[in-house]
Amino acid sequence: MRFQHRMPTKLLGEKSVQKTGDASAGGVGNMAESAQAIEIRDLHKRFGPLEVLKGVSLSAGQGDVIALIGGSGSGKSTFLRCINMLELPTAGQVTIHGETIQMKSDGQGGLMPANRKQIQRIRTKLGMVFQSFNLWQHMTVLQNVIEVPVHVLGQPREQAVEVAEALLRRVGLYEKRDAYPSFMSGGQQQRAAIARALAIQPLVMLFDEPTSALDPELVGEVLSVIADLAQEKRTMILVTHEMKFARQVASHVVFLHGGVIEEQGPPEAIFENPQSERLKKFISSIH
Amino acid sequence: MSEVQAPAAYVAPKARSLFEPHRIVLMLIFAGLIFCVAWFMRWDWLPRYQGRLVYGVGQTLLMLFSTAIVGFLFAVPLGLVQVTGPKPLALLARGFCTLIRGTPLLLQLWLLYYGLGSLFAQFPEIRSSFLWPYLRQAWPYGFTALMISFAAYEGEVMRGAFAGVPKGELEAGRAFGMSRFTLFRRIWLPRAIHRALPTLTGETVLQLKSTPLVATVTVVDVYAIISRVRQETFLTYEPLLLLALIYLCLTGMLVYAFRLLEKRIPTRGV
Ligand SMILES: Nc1ncnc2c1ncn2[C@@H]1O[C@H](COP(=O)(O)OP(=O)(O)OP(=O)(O)O)[C@@H](O)[C@H]1O
Ligand SMILES: [Mg+2]
Repeated sequence: MRFQHRMPTKLLGEKSVQKTGDASAGGVGNMAESAQAIEIRDLHKRFGPLEVLKGVSLSAGQGDVIALIGGSGSGKSTFLRCINMLELPTAGQVTIHGETIQMKSDGQGGLMPANRKQIQRIRTKLGMVFQSFNLWQHMTVLQNVIEVPVHVLGQPREQAVEVAEALLRRVGLYEKRDAYPSFMSGGQQQRAAIARALAIQPLVMLFDEPTSALDPELVGEVLSVIADLAQEKRTMILVTHEMKFARQVASHVVFLHGGVIEEQGPPEAIFENPQSERLKKFISSIH
Repeated sequence: MSEVQAPAAYVAPKARSLFEPHRIVLMLIFAGLIFCVAWFMRWDWLPRYQGRLVYGVGQTLLMLFSTAIVGFLFAVPLGLVQVTGPKPLALLARGFCTLIRGTPLLLQLWLLYYGLGSLFAQFPEIRSSFLWPYLRQAWPYGFTALMISFAAYEGEVMRGAFAGVPKGELEAGRAFGMSRFTLFRRIWLPRAIHRALPTLTGETVLQLKSTPLVATVTVVDVYAIISRVRQETFLTYEPLLLLALIYLCLTGMLVYAFRLLEKRIPTRGV
């Protein structure tokens, strides 16, 4: 099957689990034989009088790692949150693996979901990792990771636990599986949050500054997990301030400024040979 | 020198022995008190009332748990609509909570029992309905007053608890495709209850101590039994001391049970 590589054998040794992984991917996979993993067309977003996104288009192929950079307040988070409709765009279109999210006019110049069920279904294909982890504090790490597979996707518990334990082993938290988030370091919490996002076997991973809330000495452990995911060709969109890291893992870098994409290209071009004045200034300000 | 000592400051204090001087003194005083109470006071009535006391305690607990549980079931929507709206419902819930919290429980109880109770009696339809055998008794009014009071206080507590659940955790639920109902059932409600639990402990203890009010409308709870003992034996202090001890024990057990519940989900600095 086409999306088999999303569950690498390295992660799941058990054949039975791998089989179900394919089955759940099949639903979206069938209709998306040749589509981009993610395609965003002319996205606009305004908060009252403030127009944060003024027409952003972006597409990512299977296995692309797109790094989204830009100054504070440039709308990076807003853009990322419009992809899974945590923020409703004012205009524009989002397509995940060939399936376009249906929107209708809200009668006030904006959009609203036309089909809530569809959005919920598509969201289960997008693994989001937040800046502030947002783990559910009343659940252990393991419960956090199996929550969505069991209670949203309806997987049998044993199977979800098996997958979750493999994922936790992978992010180095197997020993912490019965710990509550408030007793863990930021780095551990963020790795658990990544495991939670991986547990839904996402088509695309969305990271919103996953290391910004961490103490400097904890950044490395989280970045190495993300780098690992990039290496296995997982489709990801990554908002980050870690330029060195972006350069290292990204296949494509997008510089957002003033609500539009000011410049984009392969990391070497963006970081070594920036064209626009603003990008030059931004890059020099970061270093 | 000071560098060497620094880590020692973090050693947890040694568990204190039960037999430190001040504790021994306190224990002796307490034992003396117990002895005086047992020796100089009259307790010969106790066996005669034993059965009725046990019944009374049972009635008190029944009143407490039934009103707390049903009241809490009402408190959840009362708190929720105040956070989520719609506006008219939120205002209604808020008004209800303010009204109930702003007037004495005793007054509410009497209004229900003497007011509503006598009003019901004037309608032949009600008198002939299947509900009348219940409406003629006192406990439905006691139950309703206590239940409404608990709902109002806990509605306020739950409002704060719902509002206090970190937005990010709810957002994470939505981001992973949870429906509104799943989000509420799996994240919002348990998280809010978790946050509110320490407050709920205190409120339940207060509720326990409100239950004797129902004795004023002829519901027979442990307080009513003790009153009966006082009338029949002409003793003043002994029955009241016993009553205090009973409430103290019930409170202790309640707090202990809630602690167990809280411990199931440990948190650091909620
Ligand atoms: N819910 C909201 N209501 C009103 N304004 C908002 C809202 N969310 C974001 N904004 C505004 O939109 C702009 C873009 O915000 P956004 O969080 O997307 O920026 P960002 O690029 O992620 O910045 P940072 O690097 O600081 O995270 C900011 O000016 C912000 O104040
Ligand atoms: Mg941001």
